Amino acid sequence: KTKQVHGSSGINAEYGGEKNGSTREVPLQKQPRFYPTVDNKKPLNNRRTPKPTKLRSSISPGSVVILLAGVHRGKRVVVLKQLPSGLLLVSGPYKINGVPLRRVDQAYVIATSTKIDLPALPEIGDAIFKRKGKPTKNEKEMFIDNTPEEPKISPEKVALQKEVDALVVPVVKKTPMLQSYLKSRFTLTKGQYPHEMKF
Amino acid sequence: AVVSTQSTGAHGDDKGKLVAIVDVIDQNRALVDGPCSGVGRKDINFKALHLTPFTIPIAHSARSGAVRKAWEKAEVTKKWSESTWAKKLASREKRSQLSDFDRFKLMKAKQARNRIINIEFGKLRNAARKAKK
Repeated sequence: KTKQVHGSSGINAEYGGEKNGSTREVPLQKQPRFYPTVDNKKPLNNRRTPKPTKLRSSISPGSVVILLAGVHRGKRVVVLKQLPSGLLLVSGPYKINGVPLRRVDQAYVIATSTKIDLPALPEIGDAIFKRKGKPTKNEKEMFIDNTPEEPKISPEKVALQKEVDALVVPVVKKTPMLQSYLKSRFTLTKGQYPHEMKF
Repeated sequence: AVVSTQSTGAHGDDKGKLVAIVDVIDQNRALVDGPCSGVGRKDINFKALHLTPFTIPIAHSARSGAVRKAWEKAEVTKKWSESTWAKKLASREKRSQLSDFDRFKLMKAKQARNRIINIEFGKLRNAARKAKK
C-alpha cells in the first residue's frame, strides 16, 4: 500500500476516512520531538596524536645521569629508556644505590658523558607506575576499615626490578670503578661551579 | 726577538698560542708572528702578551719565512712544551675538561695517594715520639 515518492524521503501512505484526504506524505525519518533553541557550533575534530617529549641529545639509553630532585637527589643513575609518556625510565640499579625502576623528567636530571652498553631489556611501559585507586565505600562501611594489608611495593615490580638488575649490574661491573661511582652521590664543593663544569 | 704566549687577547681563538715579537709598533703595540703555531702576522697589544724566557735571533720586521726558520732552528716549540709553565697550562686545561666520572676517579686516586703518605707520616711521627721518650 505504501509507495516511496520519487525524489523525496517520504512515502505516500493511503489513509481511509471521508475527510482525511486519500494520501499524504509520511516522512521515512521522523523529526525529533526536541531540538535546541540555539544552534551551537560543534568544535572541529582534533586528530593530533602528541609525540613523546624530545630527548636531549646528551641523554640516551645507557647513559649515566645525576638526579637533581626528589628523595634520590644527587644519586647517579642509569637511564634505561624514554617511556611513551615522555619521562625517562631510570634504575639505580637498585642493588647498587637503592634507586628502583623510576620515572624521571629529563628536566630534573644532569646528563653525564658516561654511557654503558645496555643489553635487551624486558618491555616496560607507563602502566606499571599507575597508582591504584582506593575502593569506594558505601554508607554502612564508611567507618569500618576493611582494607586488606597490601604490600607497599607490588610483587610484580619487585620481580621486574630483579630481572632488570640481573641484566644491568654485570654490564656496570665490567667498567672499573663504575659501580662505586654509581654508589656515590654528586656534591658541589667550594670552587665548583656547575656552569663551568663538564659532565 | 722574544717569544711570548698570547694570554687573554681580543682574538679568543689564538689564546695561549706561541708567537714571536717581530717588531714594536708604538708604546702599546707589537708586530707579532707565529708561523709555527698557526697565528698570522698581526699587531697586538702588549697587554695581550705574556713574555716567555725564549728568544730567537731574527732581525726586526723579519718576514714570516725568516721567523719560521729561526724558530725551527732554535726548537722553540719543543723547549716550550718541556717547560714547567707549559705543563701547568696543559694540566689546567685537562682538569677543566674532566667528566663527572673522571672527577670521581681523580678523587679516589688522591685518597689512595694520601693514605700512603699518611701511613708513612704516621710511622715517622711514632718513631719520633719514641725517640723523644
